[in-house]
Amino acid sequence: MDAILLQILNGLDKGSAYALIALGLTLIFGTLGVVNFAHGALFMIGAFCAVTLQKLLNLSFETLDETQKDFLGNPLKVETPYVEAWFGPEVGATIIDWSVPLAILFAIPIMLLVGYVMERGLIKHFYKRPHADQILVTFGLAIVLQEIVKYFFGANPIQTPPPDALSGSVDLGVMVGFDPNAIIYPIWRLVYFGFAVGIIGAVFSFLQFTTFGMVVRAGMADRETVGLLGINIDRRFTIMFGIAAAVAGLAGVMYGPLNPPNYHMGMDFLVLSFVVVVVGGMGSLPGAVLAGFLLGILESFASTTWATTTIPGINQIIIYLVAIVVLLTRPRGLMGRKGVMEE
Amino acid sequence: MLGLNKKDTSLLIIVALLTLLAPFILNPFPEGSAMAQFNAGYPDLMQRFVIFGIFAIGFNILFGLTGYLSFGHAAFLGVGSYSAVWMFKLLSYNVIPAIALSVVVAGLFSLLIGFVSLRRSGIYFSILTLAFAQMSFALAYSVLSNPKFNLTNGETGLQVYADDPQILQGANAPDLPHLFGLPMRATYTMDLGAWSFDFNAGYYLCAVILMVVFYLAIRIFRSPFGMMLRAVKSNQQRMNYTGLNSKPYTLAAFVISGMYAGLAGGLMAAMDPLAGAERMQWTASGEVVLMTILGGTGTLIGPVLGAGFIKYFENIFSKINDNVLHSWFAFLPDGLEDAVVFLIHPFIGKGWHLTLGILFMLVVIYLPGGLVEGGQRLLNWFKRKKTKSDDAPSGKTEPAE
Repeated sequence: MDAILLQILNGLDKGSAYALIALGLTLIFGTLGVVNFAHGALFMIGAFCAVTLQKLLNLSFETLDETQKDFLGNPLKVETPYVEAWFGPEVGATIIDWSVPLAILFAIPIMLLVGYVMERGLIKHFYKRPHADQILVTFGLAIVLQEIVKYFFGANPIQTPPPDALSGSVDLGVMVGFDPNAIIYPIWRLVYFGFAVGIIGAVFSFLQFTTFGMVVRAGMADRETVGLLGINIDRRFTIMFGIAAAVAGLAGVMYGPLNPPNYHMGMDFLVLSFVVVVVGGMGSLPGAVLAGFLLGILESFASTTWATTTIPGINQIIIYLVAIVVLLTRPRGLMGRKGVMEE
Repeated sequence: MLGLNKKDTSLLIIVALLTLLAPFILNPFPEGSAMAQFNAGYPDLMQRFVIFGIFAIGFNILFGLTGYLSFGHAAFLGVGSYSAVWMFKLLSYNVIPAIALSVVVAGLFSLLIGFVSLRRSGIYFSILTLAFAQMSFALAYSVLSNPKFNLTNGETGLQVYADDPQILQGANAPDLPHLFGLPMRATYTMDLGAWSFDFNAGYYLCAVILMVVFYLAIRIFRSPFGMMLRAVKSNQQRMNYTGLNSKPYTLAAFVISGMYAGLAGGLMAAMDPLAGAERMQWTASGEVVLMTILGGTGTLIGPVLGAGFIKYFENIFSKINDNVLHSWFAFLPDGLEDAVVFLIHPFIGKGWHLTLGILFMLVVIYLPGGLVEGGQRLLNWFKRKKTKSDDAPSGKTEPAE
C-alpha cells in the first residue's frame, strides 16, 4: 500500500509539469487553433527567468576587509551582494535564498509579454495557413529561442536551489499512519504539486467565473458568432495566448530546483506534452490536466524495479505506447469533444 | 531519354554533372590560400551532402507529394544504419549486402509504422510518427542493449569488433567497408597547380546511388501514382467521396520514403562503420524537415539543394571565428569593425543553429516554396525587367470550382 502511494507521489511532480504545459498548449489550440511547437521553449524561458533573477540577486561588489587577513597578510577581499548591502545582511540573504519563488513575480510580466509579442508578431499571420506550416514555423521559433538562451547561458545545466526552508524531505508516511521512513518525500516536490494545482485552479476559475473567461469560452465554442455580437474576440485570444505562455513559464520557474535547467529542457518536455494533449483530447482543458497527471503517475509506476524487470525499458516507452493505443482506438482522446480534429 | 521528357532529362543530367564533378566544383579555392577553408571538397563532407540528399529526396516523396508531415523519419535512417552494421558484423565488410539489407529492413519497419500512423492524418499523423520515432530511439538507446540481447550496443553505438563472425570475409579483403575489394576510404588526390582535388571511392558510390534514386524519384513524380499522391495532398476528402481508397497510395509513399531513409542510413554506415541511437532522435527528423522545406517542398531538385545548403553552411559557419571576421571587416574604422564583429558573433561558430533557425523561419514565412521558389522568383523578376515594354496581362485562370 505504501509502495503504491509512494509511486503515485513520485509521479506527481512530472505529472504537474506535463499538466501545466499541456494546459497551455490546449488553451492555445482551443482558442486560436494553432499547434504551438514553441511551447516547450516557453517552459524553458520560464526556468531561465529564475536563473536570471538568481544571477541578478547575486550581483555583488568587492570590498577590502581590513580586519581579516588572507594567508599572505593582505586584507581579505569580501564579496557582498548588492541586495545584502541595501537591505541589511539578514534580509538580503533571505531574499537570495528565496530567489526561485521570487522569480514567479519576475516571470509573470516577462512571460505575458513574450506570449503577447509572439502572437502578434508571428502566430497571427499563420491562422489561415495549414497546420503543417504552423508546426514548422513554431518549430523554427523553438530552435531560435533555444539557441538564444544557449548563447547567453551556455550549454551546461545551471543549479537553481530551492530555499533552505523548502529543501530536504519530509516523512509523509508518519502523517498518514504508515511506518516511519516508509514514504520520504522531498518538500519541493510537494510545493511544486501544490503550485501546479493552484495555477490550474486559477486558470479554470478565471475561465469559469469572470466575464472575460466567459467570453473566451464562448469564443472557443463559436468564434464567428461571438465576433458578430460585436466583441473583439481576437484581442481576448491574444491575451489568452499570453496567459498560456505565462502558465508554461511558471511551470518552468518552479521546475528548476527539481532538475537544473538547461537550454534543451523545453524540447524534451515538448514531445511528451504533445502526447499528453493528444491523450487528453485536443482542445479539452480538463482532459489535458487529467492526462498530464495520469501519464506522470503511469510513468512513475513503470519505473519501479518490478515493472522494469518484467518488461525491460517499459519506463522509457510507456507514455508513447499509451498515446499510440489511445490515438488508434479513441482518436478524440480521453475527454475530447466529438468531432474536434478527429481526422 | 530513359522515359523522361526533355526538361526532366536535362534536370537529371545537371544533377549527374553536379555530383560527378563535385570534387572540382566544391574546391574552387587553391590549397593554402586564405579562402581554402571554404572549400568543401573533402570526402567526408561530400559524402554527407549526398547521403542527406538521398534522405531528403525520400522525405520529399512523402511530404512534398502527399502533404503528410512526418516527424519520425530519422527512425528509419537509424534502423538502416543498424542493419548495415549488423551485416558487417555477421557477413563481411562488403557494402552491397549491407546496403541491401538496410533498405529492406527500413522498408519493413516503415510498413509497420506507416500502417498504424496513416490511420490518422494532419497533426495526429505528425504526433504519431514523432511518438514512434522517440520510442524507437528510447528502445535503441537502452532497452535493446541489455547483455542478453544486445542489438544496438546502447550509448557506445554499434560497431564491428575483432571477434565478430564475419563469415564471408575473405582472408585478404580489406578490414574496413569495401566494394568487392575497393575500400570506401580509398582516395585519389589530383594536384593541379595550386589546387588539389580528392576523388573518394565512397563518395562516388554514394553519388551513383544518388543519381539512381533521383531518377526513380523523377519517375515517381511523373507517374500516375505520383498524380494520385498529389491528389491526396490537394483534397483527400474529395478523393474519398469519389470512392477511391487513398490509403494504399499514402502507405506506399510512406514505405518508399522510409526505404530512401534506410538507404541513407545504410550508406552512412558504409562510409563509417558505426551506428548510434542519436541518429534516431527527433531532432534528426527535424533536420530533414528543415532541409526539404528550405530547398523547396514538392520540387524534385529542392531537397537535394536544401541538404547541400544546410550541410555546407553548417560546415562553413562553424569554421568562421572572430579572427576571420576581423580580417574581413578590417577595412572598416576600428570602432565600427568591433561593433560589426560583435553583432555577427552570435550567428557564427557554435551559433550556426541560431542562424539556421532564423533562416528556416524566414523561409516558412516568406518563401513557402523554399530556395527553388526563390530562384524562380528571381528569374521571373529579371525576365520582367527585360520585357517591361510589352506588359501583357498574365493569362492566369482560376479553376472553376
